[in-house]
Amino acid sequence: MLAKRIIPCLDVTAGRVVKGVNFVELRDAGDPIEIARRYDEQGADELTFLDITASSDDRGILFRIIEQVANQVFIPLTVGGGVRQVEDVRNLLNAGADKVSINTSAVLNPQLVADAAGRYGSQCIVVAIDAKQVQPGHWEVFTHGGRQATGLNVVEWAKKMQALGAGEILLTSMDRDGSKIGYDLQLTRAVTDALEIPLIASGGAGTLQHMVDGVKLGGADAVLAASIFHYGEYTIQQAKQYMAQQGIEMRL
Amino acid sequence: MVDIAIIDYGMGNLRSVQQALHTVAPAASIVVTDDPQEVAQATRVVFPGQGAMPDCIRELEARGLRAAVLHAAQSKPFLGICIGLQMLFEHSAEGDIPGLAILQGKVMRFASNLCDAQNNKLKVPHMGWNQVQHGNHPLWEGIDQNARFYFVHSYYVCTEDTQLVQATSCYPQPFVCAVARDNLFAVQFHPEKSQDAGLMLLKNFVNWVPF
Repeated sequence: MLAKRIIPCLDVTAGRVVKGVNFVELRDAGDPIEIARRYDEQGADELTFLDITASSDDRGILFRIIEQVANQVFIPLTVGGGVRQVEDVRNLLNAGADKVSINTSAVLNPQLVADAAGRYGSQCIVVAIDAKQVQPGHWEVFTHGGRQATGLNVVEWAKKMQALGAGEILLTSMDRDGSKIGYDLQLTRAVTDALEIPLIASGGAGTLQHMVDGVKLGGADAVLAASIFHYGEYTIQQAKQYMAQQGIEMRL
Repeated sequence: MVDIAIIDYGMGNLRSVQQALHTVAPAASIVVTDDPQEVAQATRVVFPGQGAMPDCIRELEARGLRAAVLHAAQSKPFLGICIGLQMLFEHSAEGDIPGLAILQGKVMRFASNLCDAQNNKLKVPHMGWNQVQHGNHPLWEGIDQNARFYFVHSYYVCTEDTQLVQATSCYPQPFVCAVARDNLFAVQFHPEKSQDAGLMLLKNFVNWVPF
């Protein structure tokens, strides 16, 4: 059977991997190429790189990082951050990305998702959604690294992105990001049940049981995590073994 | 002399295919090309594909590559990947269009109401690492039964020519994920993104002497 996926996420700025809490208070976590290689050896199912500053200087550094990782690591690579036009998608794919993640620009210009999926195929277009609970059972889409409210309902927005050609949704709970108290399971379940396409749960993983819950209770097809792997609390192999022991189909 | 030609008809990024081949065959000359002449002269041909099949067929025609693909598929070690597998068949439900009809069969879409044994909804595209049950073809040498490969697709191949089938996977029903005939081998998954098992398959292809 198809395995559930574990996807370590590398937030990259100025050529370094960093990790924040609730989208701020960044802490250095190391060299992205070294970390990518380590996660590949530990059995990561995919890798995600997010360019969290996306200044023009950092952009060049990011391309070199992606190229070097792609030359050595033969699992799917997703790259996001600062993707504004179809040409940005092309450049990232050419640098070695297999999928490109679009967040803020999908809200500003939904046609970009349709154009990019039409040109390069849905399989390489991930729409990232940053979600914040605004009242019980209701979540709103935020953009610009979580700084800007949009008024969009998360479930409706995810369905719209699917209709425009997104191949996958990366759903981050801003309330849980970096908190290590677990994924927002209610949010994850609400969105995944509304979709035909796969969903990656993100934001809040602090224990291995959280990852199990993300799949079993949240219904996620893949779980994304950063902090618990970056600082050596758990290896990816440990996480996969734990999940498999809980009856989840994994690639071991 | 080109050892391996990767056919480029403008559909997606072929860098990862090239890089993976380079890793298993560092001394080989590997080109990504849309030149029918270069395809004709290569010792081996890789036929990848991404995106939607109607676009792939259209771009192939627009670049005058159909004849080169047909010729290579009949005359030299030939590896189809993903849409490069699907295009070899007679017809696709994606866009309701004819394929290259090198192999007998058709391409169908996964149903949208699939569930697993625990009654969880199965998403389409079928995306991620799935187990492959394979036969005895030389390209499987050194690859464990039920090894996992990386898939991403919404359509799959159906054929009544059971002799073609070299591997199946399940989602949730068994579907064909590799076919072979003579000098031709084609897979639904992405060996270039399937870590050790994928590199092993590519290495076997590079060393394969079908005749």
